[in-house]
Amino acid sequence: MNLHRVYAIFLRQWYLIRGNATRFVQMFVWITVDIVLWGFLSKYLGGISGSGPAAGSGSGFNFISVFLGAILLWDFMVQVMQGITMSFFEDVWSRNFLNIFASPLRMTEYLTGFTLAAIFRSVLALAVMLALAGLAFGLSVFIYGASLALFLLILFLFGIALGIVGVSLVLRLGPAAEWFIWPIPALLSPFVGVLYPLSILPGWMQWIGHALPPSYVFAGIRAIVETGTFPIATLCFGAALALVYIAFAYLIFLAVYRKAIRTGLIARYAAESMS
Amino acid sequence: MTPALEVRSLVKSYGEIAAVKGISFTVRRGEIVGLLGPNGAGKTTTIDMLLGVLKPTSGSVHIEGDDIAARRSETIGKTNFAAVYAQLPGNLTVWQNLNIFALLYGVPGRAARIAELIKEFDLVPFADTRCGVLSSGEQTRVSLAKAMLNRPHLLLLDEPTASLDPSTAQIIREKIKTFAASDGGGVLWTSHNMQEVTEVCDRILFLSRGAILLEGDPRTLPGEHGKKDLEELFISIAREPLLHESL
Repeated sequence: MNLHRVYAIFLRQWYLIRGNATRFVQMFVWITVDIVLWGFLSKYLGGISGSGPAAGSGSGFNFISVFLGAILLWDFMVQVMQGITMSFFEDVWSRNFLNIFASPLRMTEYLTGFTLAAIFRSVLALAVMLALAGLAFGLSVFIYGASLALFLLILFLFGIALGIVGVSLVLRLGPAAEWFIWPIPALLSPFVGVLYPLSILPGWMQWIGHALPPSYVFAGIRAIVETGTFPIATLCFGAALALVYIAFAYLIFLAVYRKAIRTGLIARYAAESMS
Repeated sequence: MTPALEVRSLVKSYGEIAAVKGISFTVRRGEIVGLLGPNGAGKTTTIDMLLGVLKPTSGSVHIEGDDIAARRSETIGKTNFAAVYAQLPGNLTVWQNLNIFALLYGVPGRAARIAELIKEFDLVPFADTRCGVLSSGEQTRVSLAKAMLNRPHLLLLDEPTASLDPSTAQIIREKIKTFAASDGGGVLWTSHNMQEVTEVCDRILFLSRGAILLEGDPRTLPGEHGKKDLEELFISIAREPLLHESL
């Protein structure tokens, strides 16, 4: 792997963010709305349940730590995914495919460059969310202890896998398939139990939930807050599962790329290409 | 000496339709070869295969002896290209675009090489201007500067002067001729401007319906086929390719 080429892909995103304040602000708008909305909702639920009059952190169920913490981590994963897909869309929107794919760039370098962009975007977003949730609603992620690193790792890996699958879909189906990508996190959220345990879901939904790595993160949050236990084995399984997803996502991307090279799709890539 | 480009029995089929039918040719170092043909002849399909963005059905492409199918990244690193339909991203400045592609092509002494090309292609006033606001002629010059970044051993140009005014086109033609003569790189050039082809190319390949019908010196070939110039020969081949297939 050539690190200069990986850096080139990242640098492209950095130039775009640096050169346009709108892009920079856009990265924080939705996560801020989410934190504010769920912060107040958590406070309200904490108040009416008697677990805490305002802060939601009294003697009983800690809504701030469970709800707001879970939303914050979910948004982190969405930012990782968008870091990948947005980087790819920049090449789609600027019709830069031929220049990029006719260069010595290898596909592993292309995806690694996207991953660097995703790290940059998600770390910035995480910092903003932690600051906002901590200052405005008293959320302290230290309550999760060392498991926070494992939570973030699982969500990061799964976000990367989702991003690569999203990129593959758009590469295969054309730019018009962009709309497929945005709702993916929302479609998955009911199955992974961001705000509730999987046990309340119907059996078939639980099966799907158990097959999705983020479900182990949110079950872990609840276990730590409710019982103080750190389900290390379960989380390690979630991390391993996320790695399997990345491997599958990469294989899907390679298959789509090879087909695009065989059919000439890369050379003719344009809106509504469905060949 | 190993040629800059060697194409052997190159075929591209889409199901029953053959877009390129087993063409073979070479481009020697320092040589400018024109790839001509009517629309749909298979020129862009051929160039796409040479760039590694389209997989041939069969046949091989060797650049300075290296098989593109076996060592894609290393082999493609010895080429570069400019095409009228492949402008650089409009939301980045000239310098930013060149810097990114210099990294992608592993250009040594990046900053100095970019500064040299910006000067050579008269882009100094636009170095910090976003490419999207440049005129089409200026954008073409940026694409050509990008194509020269890695001092390619094989330069692929798909209608590089199509959007340029006659004066700028003349300057660009001179630059390409100088590049081939001094740097020793081979150039494969497609164009619909027959006067330009006659002026620039050492040799031409006439492509029609995916096959090479004629090959030769653009200055003598028309006379050999009873035509007064290359344009007349082009029209003749484009309208009656079967007649020439039998020649």
